[in-house]
Amino acid sequence: MDAYRPENWRLFSAGPVALVAVLALVGGCKPPPDARGDSDATAEEKGLALIEATGCGACHEIPGVPWPRGRLGPSLEGFGDRGLIAGKLPKTPANLAAFIRNAPEVEPGSTMPRMPLNATEAADIAAYLLGMRDG
Amino acid sequence: MVDALWGWPPPVLDPAGPYADSVTTLSWALMAMGVVVTAIVCIALWIALRGTGRLRRMLGGERAVWIGGVAFPGVVLTVLLVWGLTLTASLTRPITGDEMRIRVTGEMWWFRVEYLDPQGNVVLRDANEVRIPVGVPVVFELKSADVIHSFWVPHLSGKKDMIPGRTNLLRVEADRAGRFGGVCAEYCGGPHALMGFVAIAEDPAQWRTWFDERAARDAAPLPPAPASASASSATVAGTAQGRALFMDTGCAACHRVAGTEANGLAGPDLTLMGERATVGAGILPNHRGTLTGWIGDSQSIKPGNRMPSYDRLSAQELDAIAAWLERPQ
Repeated sequence: MDAYRPENWRLFSAGPVALVAVLALVGGCKPPPDARGDSDATAEEKGLALIEATGCGACHEIPGVPWPRGRLGPSLEGFGDRGLIAGKLPKTPANLAAFIRNAPEVEPGSTMPRMPLNATEAADIAAYLLGMRDG
Repeated sequence: MVDALWGWPPPVLDPAGPYADSVTTLSWALMAMGVVVTAIVCIALWIALRGTGRLRRMLGGERAVWIGGVAFPGVVLTVLLVWGLTLTASLTRPITGDEMRIRVTGEMWWFRVEYLDPQGNVVLRDANEVRIPVGVPVVFELKSADVIHSFWVPHLSGKKDMIPGRTNLLRVEADRAGRFGGVCAEYCGGPHALMGFVAIAEDPAQWRTWFDERAARDAAPLPPAPASASASSATVAGTAQGRALFMDTGCAACHRVAGTEANGLAGPDLTLMGERATVGAGILPNHRGTLTGWIGDSQSIKPGNRMPSYDRLSAQELDAIAAWLERPQ
């Protein structure tokens, strides 16, 4: 009958509160990319769909793309926080879009070939990649 | 991703030929019947719990048992059985032997495709892609080279197993043009989930042109190896280098490219790879990027597949091989 006394109820209610607190902490570690980027959310959504349809994952690990997670090219994890594009180009959306569409022209000798994308599509993919941060 | 499993409406509910059509109609009828019966049961349950005394007495009476428990299911199930068997009778129509034949062999983890002439000789080899003319019945000879696989193009027909040592026949017909995803529907180890193919149905005249051109290429004698890298344009030099790399790196030991000395039969035929819809057995769209990624590190894309990753090739070498595969000369 002790369990029904009000002073013991607090013990039981502490459990859910702690659980919520832990979940909030863990959840707060890494919000999804589209919750953080300051750029256009619909462009980022389209960018992710295009990344999947084009198969960029064949060579790159990209957050948000569960498969494939290719390793021939660099991982694009936290791309929005990284330095220069391909180690040499200033990280502007325009440079990135140009690189995505036709890497060999922007950086001769790149393993990454020209991609079957138009300018808008490349810009959407760039928006998605630039929106990803390490958190 | 294997396209057989995605899209809206789901491929299983979007028939593109008579052999899938009747099964889809039957499925809808069964689902509708299921909903009706569930509704009747729910109403009866409600009456039993909340109904007025008169309704409850009717439900509990012997009459209700005879009508609802014997007559109703007896009549409905008999009608459904007769209708269902009539509807799907055409699925078991005997194969006459004069249909167009395509042999598809399941391999770990891809599909070998061979088009047969009426005498049963192979006239054209391909992989992970079958092209069929619209409105023409086609019989697939289904075999396996290793373990049990299953051949399934949900838009066109039901599944049929590919069993080692047996040849199973499956008749299929497409009544509209389109690209239909196929998939291995029997767990066959490792990257089973990444074992797909594409069935392309096209206008018969267009199909005939494609077939004649490919069959001629398939039967063509070996041309002399093209002049080496001293050839005029940079493109020609590039693809000539790709050809040399393909032969020297060992690709030719497993892959065949019709019209060249590459004659390996262990892996998929790569003749006119550039015209294929997919890379890696129905799993990635085919373009220079995915092809390069596949050659360079197929193990990260399809872990456990039997092609090693060629990460000791340089960017320029990978590109040369991919360029030559897209347009062998």
